[in-house]
Amino acid sequence: MIPSRYVREIPQRYRLEGGKCLKCGHINFPSRLICPECKSKEFEKTVLQDEGKLLTYTIIRVAAEKFSQETPFAVGIVELNDGVRVTCQIADAEEGDIQIGQRIKLVFRKIQEDGKAGILCYGYKGVIVG
Amino acid sequence: MIGIVGYGAYLPRYRIKVDEIARQWGYDPDSVKKGLVLHEKTVPGLDEDTITISVEASKKALRRAQIDPKEIGAVYVGSESHPYAVKPTATIVIDALDIGPNVHVASYEFACKAGTEAMYNAYALVKADEMKYAMGIGADTSQGAPGDALEFAASAGGAAFIMGKEKVVAEILYTNSYTSDTPDFWRREGEYYPRHGGRFTGEPAYFKHILGAGMALLEKSKMKPEDFKYAVFHMPNGKFPQTAGRKLGFTKEQLEAGWIAPWMGNTYSGSSPMGLTAILDVAEPGELIFMVSFGSGAGSDGFIFRVTEEITNVRDRAEKLRTMLDNNKKYLTYGEYAKYRRKIIINE
Amino acid sequence: MRDVAVIGIGMTQFGELWGKSLKDIFVEAALKATEDSGVDHIDSMYVGAMSSGLFVGQEHLGAVMADYLAVTPIPATHIESACASGGAAFRQAYLEVASGASDIVLAGGVEKMTDTSDVTEVLATAADQEYEVFHGVTFPGLYALMANAYMHQYKATREQLAAVAVKNHRNGAKNPNAQYRNEITPEQVMTSTMVADPLRLLDCSPVSDGAAAVIVASMDVAKKMKKNLIRVKASAQTSGTIALHSRESFTTLPSVVRAAEKTYTMAGVTPDQINVVEVHDCFTIAEIIVSEDLGFFEKGKGAEAAEKGLTSIECKRPINTSGGLKAKGHPVGATWIAQIIEIYEQLSGTAGERQVKNARIGMTQNMGGTGASCVIHILEAI
Repeated sequence: MIPSRYVREIPQRYRLEGGKCLKCGHINFPSRLICPECKSKEFEKTVLQDEGKLLTYTIIRVAAEKFSQETPFAVGIVELNDGVRVTCQIADAEEGDIQIGQRIKLVFRKIQEDGKAGILCYGYKGVIVG
Repeated sequence: MIGIVGYGAYLPRYRIKVDEIARQWGYDPDSVKKGLVLHEKTVPGLDEDTITISVEASKKALRRAQIDPKEIGAVYVGSESHPYAVKPTATIVIDALDIGPNVHVASYEFACKAGTEAMYNAYALVKADEMKYAMGIGADTSQGAPGDALEFAASAGGAAFIMGKEKVVAEILYTNSYTSDTPDFWRREGEYYPRHGGRFTGEPAYFKHILGAGMALLEKSKMKPEDFKYAVFHMPNGKFPQTAGRKLGFTKEQLEAGWIAPWMGNTYSGSSPMGLTAILDVAEPGELIFMVSFGSGAGSDGFIFRVTEEITNVRDRAEKLRTMLDNNKKYLTYGEYAKYRRKIIINE
Repeated sequence: MRDVAVIGIGMTQFGELWGKSLKDIFVEAALKATEDSGVDHIDSMYVGAMSSGLFVGQEHLGAVMADYLAVTPIPATHIESACASGGAAFRQAYLEVASGASDIVLAGGVEKMTDTSDVTEVLATAADQEYEVFHGVTFPGLYALMANAYMHQYKATREQLAAVAVKNHRNGAKNPNAQYRNEITPEQVMTSTMVADPLRLLDCSPVSDGAAAVIVASMDVAKKMKKNLIRVKASAQTSGTIALHSRESFTTLPSVVRAAEKTYTMAGVTPDQINVVEVHDCFTIAEIIVSEDLGFFEKGKGAEAAEKGLTSIECKRPINTSGGLKAKGHPVGATWIAQIIEIYEQLSGTAGERQVKNARIGMTQNMGGTGASCVIHILEAI
């Protein structure tokens, strides 16, 4: 992971910063240069809700090499309370723990490592609430 | 009034029982449990480290303090397991919490007392009027060498404290530090696991410094053990803090609320700070708390806190330590634990 | 726009071709197609490949292949649209001929996937790197997210997913170019290694080497060269959101729905008039969802239809008579070209054991990523 590529995503990955369209109110995550809903080009920074519900999930058993020591791990699509959807890992969970429709909270976790000597990459993962 | 305005703790959901570790190496589980007064310990997930633990503990501290993160002028993280050898842990913590960039950060290391060092300096900066708020964090994902006695206790967790002058929940009345060159436990640069001096870690190290700092603190404050409702000492296992407390004149009852090691293990830099959060979770206004940490090398930091009315407003704003410790556990086999703690040599 | 025909086809065996290189297999397929068509030259060529750069370390594929095919200095262009690279390459060839800019164009596709160690990582480059792949998701994982949503929404069963793989292996067994020519049972599918719940190994298309090429020509050229005229009746290409999570539903693919609408309109046919179809069954769930999005089955009924055998060779409108990506193999860039080769053979009556009776109108559907791009063509025997 080249540091510059990582640093650009920090506001989104660490703090869930998105862009709210000033014209139609649609929240883009990550923010964009043009709104896919109304084509407006003006946005304001907004911080996403960190809770939502699980729309679908899977358990990855065969992963790319950089994730191969972590298998099996769960990945899901979470719809946050403000309607924004994100793909993320569901941490601390395994087969049998997870169900579609569960409440999920986003937490701060290590997502990947660039080998033994490269940078550590952090961001959001979901955990099942209660 | 200067003191803690927000606090929070975090510990992972994974656990391993002392029995499981003992069986792996051929120890008698019952005598280990009895000798160390230890049942189980926390284990970090593969995606957890001192940085993620610091962030989650700090989020709770911020939720309790309800302050603007931008007003925090310093963030110090004490740990003996900083994920980067060179690059401060707090650089990531402040960006995750939207603190800064006008903020002073540093990584501290002093074996198990790096967390109270961070708290001490955060407090000092606020007291010196350098800034409105400062945060001190103690967090670790400590490692004991496989088969070593340390492996029964070395665990993961952390606590964060925001120091300030307004809406203080626990006023800091007195502090004291006690330090000497005592090589009871160390890790040389480039080594993976720490080494220690066996029984030398007891009397000449842990007890000498805890008692030294503790007695000096009592003398400085002109207080007596019975003036305190609670006391918490560094918890390398379940037994040592009980013995240290007794030697200083504290009762079992005073230690009970903060005595979390038997079910959590030793979270190193997070140990006595997490014990302090467990006390704040239950303390009532006006009550006094006596705290002494210990870090090998060696040294101890002592604090005396007085809980204020504000505690009743803030403590329910975030999850309490005992709730995390007693619920949502997932037990690991030694094999899973070895994988989670990266004790197995794999092909990269 | 003038009428365009396919006048020659050629492909390599699909599979683990350890002894052959990226160049070897493309040139082999291209030479076969050129010889099959009988033309003595081509005016230009397109090479569809998803990621020769990451698989083999070779980019600039247009020039590489033109050089080794000994056709320089004609224009030669590499087209990339993930798993839809072959379809997109063909569409460029079709448009070039239809526009009158060229008379004879080669459209080929190739992928050499066994020359790399981390196929999973390379394939994942077709999804959103920062907001999907960063989190560890794989392609089987993304389709598993769809499969789980589909099973949850429509109460579809594991057996129904397995039926797709069983049917495609039965067809693949009759295809001499297929990577897998063995029939499998539903039990084998449902007990194969779990890859990404609920998808198992036998729900997934394999890692393959292979190349395929066709010669596209104007109808005037075609009439001079050929007895069987296979006309390109309609061509459409669409795009969609790169990330699966950006879609309103995970059980339909808007890019497929839109491309299908456009091709049906352009061809002036309805789904009922299609006699034979090749769809992008990278995973069993994909064939089910696509069979609905193409209008062959009601939404939510595709899984049941697969289980009832409504897509088998004997049926009114068989799907994936070639064995599909599942059994025939999925050398990514070559996949769609191989699909059109199957339809060409079906419409020409040369599909052998797999021949669908009286096939006159055929369709191919090819998509990239989780449906972020889609290419559909309808061909007709004149």
